[in-house]
Amino acid sequence: MTEEIIIAGFGGQGVLSMGKILAYSGVMQNKEVSWMPSYGPEMRGGTANVTVIISDERISSPILNEFDTAIILNQQSMDKFEKSVKKGGLLIYDPNGITRKPSRKDINIYSISATDKAGELGLSKIFNMIVLGGFLKMKPLVNPENIHKGLEKSLPKRHHNLIPENEKAIELGKSLLTPEQVL
Amino acid sequence: MGELRLMKGNEAVAEAAIRAGCDGYFGYPITPQSEILEYLMMAKPYETTGMVVLQAESEVASINMLYGGGGTGKMVMTSSSSPGISLMQEGITYMAGAELPALLVNVVRGGPGLGTIQPSQADYFQAVKGGGHGDYKLIVLAPASVQEMCDFVKLGFDLAFKYRNPAMILSDGAIGQMMEKVNLFDPIPRRTNEELISQCPWAATGKKKERDHIIITSLDLDPAGQEKVNLKLQAKYKQMEENEVRFEEIQCDDAEYLFVAFGLSARICQKSIELAREKGIKIGLFRPITLYPFPTKQIAALAKKVKGMLVVEMNAGQMIEDVRLSAGNQIKIEHYGRFGGIIPTPDEVVRALEQKIIGG
Repeated sequence: MTEEIIIAGFGGQGVLSMGKILAYSGVMQNKEVSWMPSYGPEMRGGTANVTVIISDERISSPILNEFDTAIILNQQSMDKFEKSVKKGGLLIYDPNGITRKPSRKDINIYSISATDKAGELGLSKIFNMIVLGGFLKMKPLVNPENIHKGLEKSLPKRHHNLIPENEKAIELGKSLLTPEQVL
Repeated sequence: MGELRLMKGNEAVAEAAIRAGCDGYFGYPITPQSEILEYLMMAKPYETTGMVVLQAESEVASINMLYGGGGTGKMVMTSSSSPGISLMQEGITYMAGAELPALLVNVVRGGPGLGTIQPSQADYFQAVKGGGHGDYKLIVLAPASVQEMCDFVKLGFDLAFKYRNPAMILSDGAIGQMMEKVNLFDPIPRRTNEELISQCPWAATGKKKERDHIIITSLDLDPAGQEKVNLKLQAKYKQMEENEVRFEEIQCDDAEYLFVAFGLSARICQKSIELAREKGIKIGLFRPITLYPFPTKQIAALAKKVKGMLVVEMNAGQMIEDVRLSAGNQIKIEHYGRFGGIIPTPDEVVRALEQKIIGG
């Protein structure tokens, strides 16, 4: 099994930390992982993305030109990465701020209204965990026990009291995911 | 045994330095390697192992602090990125001339000049062919994973002391910034002064009555004396070439074609192999791990077995010169490169292979 994922959105949406929690959960599940962020001027332009690979085998390139899954959180990222999803692959996006919906006919498309839901609950900080929950519903690569361990490893100790809230957000994300195009 | 962590390449270098029993780090911040100094400042090894961590006033100061530390037999290191390493060249050639051990880490960014902060491999010539003046060599290790960023710190120190020669880890911004699973080796205690004195009889550790002064210098104004120094260095480099060549072969057994690549480019080529083999192209990868000493004999042997080689580098064609010198002109050897911080993708490498080697 190898799952190649791009997560892309605005800086400050928690794109990199979501990737890190996913990757660390993979380490806890004894998988090979790689986490390759965009850095520098790319990020100062307001967009942030990270490539996460989780595999049972040794990982070849941390840099990829196509992905099994794209998790897209703003319009710039949609423009850049919709075309990079493998045929038959998965695209998950948050419709908030999306002016042009994905148009490909050869991939599976799901939406998740995580921004709206997080705002409604007054929990904007766990927005990224809602999105992660949506992804894990489609691709249960890591089990809840290892996600718990991944959260423990990724979050500083002083924030460990927030882990149950993060786990609840993941569960919420699973129920929020809406199919738009299923092949 | 060991400890499993998810770490950035830069963080792995810092943690490995503490665990290897390093005595002192001297450096100056520059993207994309500042996490090394940041990590060390957070870890505060000066409170545990006694390792010194110092942000110098400049790169020039850092390398001269290394000259001093190395001269006393201490395990000392610095890290920087391309423009900073350029500033250090005078100190590096002085250390090579005075035969001082030290570990240098270059997390390469795109150049020339101030360039960009994105990853590059354009400092191959500088690392392997000199950089500073005079006939000298650095031991140059090229990690292709975060695990190797960790392991090569220990290896680099071992080789630097074995040969009394500066060793360099030639990495790049991507390997410095990406996170992977790392198995950290168990900590090794720093050497005691007694251990250091017995292991490094050449070091300036204080004048004893029963022996002469030890003078650490790279200066000998008498040409006959300076030629002797050079002959000694050349004999040492020959020893390195005989004993320290390291490389990795991936799917070379049935290969009709080869990628030759180091560091991040070698990782990209591994994906390109998957893509090319799906198309029925029998291709493997030869990855030099020591860029100096270069795996000349191994490439010469492979050149007798394959139809062509594509050298993939994030530069305009540097290592390809050494590949061509090793392989001779019996087979087709071409270069594919991207520059200035652009990373080639696996599919464009396959297209280059088809155009330049198979179809060409």
